[in-house]
Amino acid sequence: MLDHTPVAVMERHALRINPAKTCQPIGALYAASGLHRCLPHSHGSQGCCSYHRSHLTRHFREPVMASSSSFTEGASVFGGASNLVQALGTIFSTYGPDVVAVHTTCLSETIGDDIPSIIARAREEGAIPDGKHVIHASTPSYSGSHVTGFAAMAAGMVNYFAEEPTSSRRRKDGRTRVNIVPGFVEPSDMREVRRIAELMNLTPTVLPDTSGVLDAPATGTYEFYPKGGVTVDELRGLGRAVATVALGPQASRAAAVAVENRCYVPREILDLPIGIAATDRFVGVLRRRAAYEVPGELLDERGQLVDLMADARQHLHGKKVAIFGDPDHVVAMAEFVADLGMRPVHILTGTPGKSFEKRVGTLLAGRSPDANVRSRGDLFLLHQWMKNDPVDLLIGTSYGKHLARAEDVPFVRYGWPILDRFGHSYFPSVGYRGGLRLMEKILDALLDRRDRDAPDEEFELIL
Amino acid sequence: MRKVAIYGKGGIGKSTTTQNTVAGLSEMGKRVMVVGCDPKADSTRLLLGGLAQRSVLDTLRSEGEDIELADVRSPGFSNTLCVESGGPEPGVGCAGRGIITSINLLEQLGAYDASESLDYVFYDVLGDVVCGGFAMPIREGKAKEVYIVASGEMMAMYAANNICKGVRKFADAGGVRLGGIICNSRNVDNEHGLIDHFARKLGTQMIYFVPRDNDVQRAEIKRKTVIDWAPDCPQADHYRNLAKAIDGNDMFVIPQPMHTDELEGLLLEHGVLG
Repeated sequence: MLDHTPVAVMERHALRINPAKTCQPIGALYAASGLHRCLPHSHGSQGCCSYHRSHLTRHFREPVMASSSSFTEGASVFGGASNLVQALGTIFSTYGPDVVAVHTTCLSETIGDDIPSIIARAREEGAIPDGKHVIHASTPSYSGSHVTGFAAMAAGMVNYFAEEPTSSRRRKDGRTRVNIVPGFVEPSDMREVRRIAELMNLTPTVLPDTSGVLDAPATGTYEFYPKGGVTVDELRGLGRAVATVALGPQASRAAAVAVENRCYVPREILDLPIGIAATDRFVGVLRRRAAYEVPGELLDERGQLVDLMADARQHLHGKKVAIFGDPDHVVAMAEFVADLGMRPVHILTGTPGKSFEKRVGTLLAGRSPDANVRSRGDLFLLHQWMKNDPVDLLIGTSYGKHLARAEDVPFVRYGWPILDRFGHSYFPSVGYRGGLRLMEKILDALLDRRDRDAPDEEFELIL
Repeated sequence: MRKVAIYGKGGIGKSTTTQNTVAGLSEMGKRVMVVGCDPKADSTRLLLGGLAQRSVLDTLRSEGEDIELADVRSPGFSNTLCVESGGPEPGVGCAGRGIITSINLLEQLGAYDASESLDYVFYDVLGDVVCGGFAMPIREGKAKEVYIVASGEMMAMYAANNICKGVRKFADAGGVRLGGIICNSRNVDNEHGLIDHFARKLGTQMIYFVPRDNDVQRAEIKRKTVIDWAPDCPQADHYRNLAKAIDGNDMFVIPQPMHTDELEGLLLEHGVLG
């Protein structure tokens, strides 16, 4: 497995080998599926759309719906306007969504299709029925990554719907509204941040919210538009919140800034609440914004996590870890494993952005001084790092399984995509409960390895 | 078959010069096809006596890919063959991609096949080389010789110099060579000497000096080439001479584009800026 990866690291400028990211539209498509009764639409050739749909399906094990402008040679020369206008007419008459969320592709971006003017033309020509909506995000794959695309579509939702508040910001039941942009996380994570906010006596608008969409139950009846997703009315009311909490700057900052610019709602940009410290910061912000003491239920969850951290620390202390995946995920996980007493030594994302390296440096603050940290990296580089400085554990997406096999390293699947395991979309990684789950996975991987490698006389029943 | 691409600054008279020259070549008995590579689709107006009925891309859009050569190629003055690539209206789509699509389609349809017994193909290309699509005629060994239409005006020479950079880029891969500069006179002072010197600096030649004559405009209003409209006027002979010069040309070079400073120095030397 990967026998030809050389140990010596050479500076590369024009070559990525096994990239640790994919392209923008896939993130935009995922974000749009967290909008209630929305059909995501790919403005480009059919191949883009097919790949994005199937890749999301492989992770969530759910059908992922999206339509395509089906560009041909003619569309690439004359522009995609007539394709999009015709598509919108067909979509609304055939599939009846409330919203169509258009994301662009490399081709439509390069020929310069102006989506807002095409949407306006479609409305003039009657392709968009009254009361229905079309929004868009610009998502060329030659910049950023799937995380950038997620951020762009989340911001697009805000820009198309958020209104300046006309009524009081306070709800009749006394609860305070808060907006939460949850990041490119599992439906279960979006459900969990909502639960935590509600425990803090807040009424959250989670945007986007794929819970109830991409983890919808099998009932025997297929629902084209499941009951989940943030609604247009909720998006219109974003201006009534006391704050917008963006979880993970790379995926969520853009939407929070958009709410602030449109509705004068202040933003709070946080790390993904993965691990104990990041969750503490998240709960701290909610506590301040809600002016509400942290309830016993949440304190108990935190206490359980502290308990497990104390119980298991002899198995974790000093263990070297390599982490890769999406920047917001990796930043949070690097801090968590350091808090567990482990040493994150290789920390890598494929998504470009120097802020990643800075944030990792700040959070680790000397706890792993020799760590390799790289944004815009690839798995080839990570493999070379692992050869030069071997680790006890690899944490990352399914794409890490080859590295784990090649170097015979225990492997915890974490982030997106996970294409070769099941159930991940039903259990959160965020919050204190998510911390418990991640610890269980990490400990299982490490202790399974210890058992596998132990000679008979050291093969212990009790660890 | 000789494949010729005509480049030059927008408005310099590429289409007019090309069609009048083609008229001259065809009068000499040569079988010539003109491929207009401008989204405006007006490169064959004088040969056809009006704008082409349907461009390649219009046909592709309306008929799908089931196209025959006769759908997109029209006979023009004196047995010439005329094709317009066409393209999107300004501000939308991708005109460059249109040229790529169009030329590929012409190849598929056999427009360049030996059975067509063509002596010449002329590509008349929009303005400066702006993107990969507009370089299509000189890519992959399509057009082997390029003529640049220029005048003694600074910006025309600036554009010509820029086009030479494009030609140079494709010279190794595609084998394209510069055949010369055609001076389409704007009655600039010392224009003959200036363009002659300019051409030599680029390593090429001024292949012909076409004097300014309002007969060209008169013929254009009648939608005709000068040779068609007034075969005996002096300007018709100039175009015949240009046609002969191209037919007999054997100087094909990889151009040496100049730095802007050098170009400005040339203009100063010939007293235009003075």
